Amino acid sequence: MSDAARSIVLMVNGTAMSVAPGTTVAAAVLMAGAPTRRSVTGEPRGPLCGMGICFECRVTIDGVPHQRSCQILCAPGMSVSTAGLPTS
Amino acid sequence: MRDSFDILVAGAGPAGMAAAVSAAAAGRRIGLVDDNPAAGGQIWRSGGELPGDARRWIASLEASGVVRLQGWRVFDAPRPGVLHAERGDGECAELGYKSLILATGARERFLPFPGWTLPNVMGAGGLDAMVRGGVPIAEKRVVVAGTGPLLLAVAAHLKRHGARIVAVCDQAPWSRLLRFGARLLTEPAKLRQGVEYRMAIRGARYLTGCWIVAAHGHDRLESVTLRQGNKQWNVPCDFVGCGFHLVPNIELPALLGCRVDHGFVSVDENMQTSIPGVYCAGEPTGIGGVELAVLEGRIAGLAAAGRPEEARKLARRRRGKLGFVGALEQACALDPQLRSLPTGDTRVCRCEDVRFVTLHGHSTWRDAKLQTRCGMGPCQGRICGPATEFLFGWRVESVRPPIFPALVSSLGSAFESDGPHPNSAPEGAFPTFAKETP
Repeated sequence: MSDAARSIVLMVNGTAMSVAPGTTVAAAVLMAGAPTRRSVTGEPRGPLCGMGICFECRVTIDGVPHQRSCQILCAPGMSVSTAGLPTS
Repeated sequence: MRDSFDILVAGAGPAGMAAAVSAAAAGRRIGLVDDNPAAGGQIWRSGGELPGDARRWIASLEASGVVRLQGWRVFDAPRPGVLHAERGDGECAELGYKSLILATGARERFLPFPGWTLPNVMGAGGLDAMVRGGVPIAEKRVVVAGTGPLLLAVAAHLKRHGARIVAVCDQAPWSRLLRFGARLLTEPAKLRQGVEYRMAIRGARYLTGCWIVAAHGHDRLESVTLRQGNKQWNVPCDFVGCGFHLVPNIELPALLGCRVDHGFVSVDENMQTSIPGVYCAGEPTGIGGVELAVLEGRIAGLAAAGRPEEARKLARRRRGKLGFVGALEQACALDPQLRSLPTGDTRVCRCEDVRFVTLHGHSTWRDAKLQTRCGMGPCQGRICGPATEFLFGWRVESVRPPIFPALVSSLGSAFESDGPHPNSAPEGAFPTFAKETP
């Protein structure tokens, strides 16, 4: 993908990254190399169903926790934090 | 926000779009509420190329004047003629209807095996959806496993995006897949598509009677162990897409009180459920694929819009296609050996981290829920329910609101008909909708 196509800049765990329009927050988090959440016994987890049913892809977006990142598209200036890390 | 419709359609996949468009032609006020960011459902998920049929239905929908509520999740049906939905930003909607068409689709069946909770182990359709959502897959090593026609479709799609398909493993034995292939001779379009998918991934190993017995890695997936017969071997990989065919999303129909028979919503030839004025179309009435879903959607739309003659014509065509539902179910029947995949420590309920060993000794789904918290997390048993049904023979029952997690502010009294709750937002605080929702 050309850099020009990655026109949306957002923060994932405090680091800026750029993605193409239409990219889901779950995809951005995966590209950033972060698990989406820690399970109740502390295991790292990532997306499973990709369709908003399993709730494994829950992250905090702009301070709002428990957002299903596979159902939400990246937007300019969005700030995403995962696995209990503070939003930058 | 409040709105009301002559006909409300829940779900904007192939069945829901076809229903809304077919009903709209009769010039009524139609609403289409859907949880995803864009119409198309799972099989026609946006991102990447879509087949011609999908593009045509999406174009028809855009031209139809149907009020589209995209990104709204229905969580309650507080009384007849009313659904409650919530948007990601916490906004809440009360949606009234005279007729309702349920097109809630299906999800993958997941079966637990050691390591299935590792990041980068996903459903087959799940991985496909993630790639459509922007995950770069070029040069990544991918194992696609589970069962059903979805596996080849996913492998072919990922290959087109540059993935290195290491293996496609279907748990069904070769003899049974051959029989299914022969059945497809009466469905030439499906057969052609299957052959195209297979050709697209030539060079990849296509293994039958084969499944993943374990996934390995520290913080994410590094390899899987495959088993075929007595053979067992390790395969390094970056992603796994593993799903065991589909289970219908019947939570909303069940909440409404629609009769459910052997896990599927019962309908008459107009696709009407046991509740007058409530219709159901697509996978919740039987897993039959996209072509049948569209046909059922059209029938439901026409019937709900009071055009029984046209609906009846299509109903005849539907009858001819129902045999495929049973053939598909037979082809995807699960091998009993898959019941021995989880070890004692394997998480069965991912939300509450309930281990396989913990579930032994419980006799029902309800008992396990009460004693172990299995199925009590945010997915409400959508993932572990179908798994325990296969592993232990439990029947998942007692659907009750909210059928998805909802904010406290969305629950209860914000929409009571006898006036607003004292703590609820003042009248007019919720913006009303323009015709199109961005």
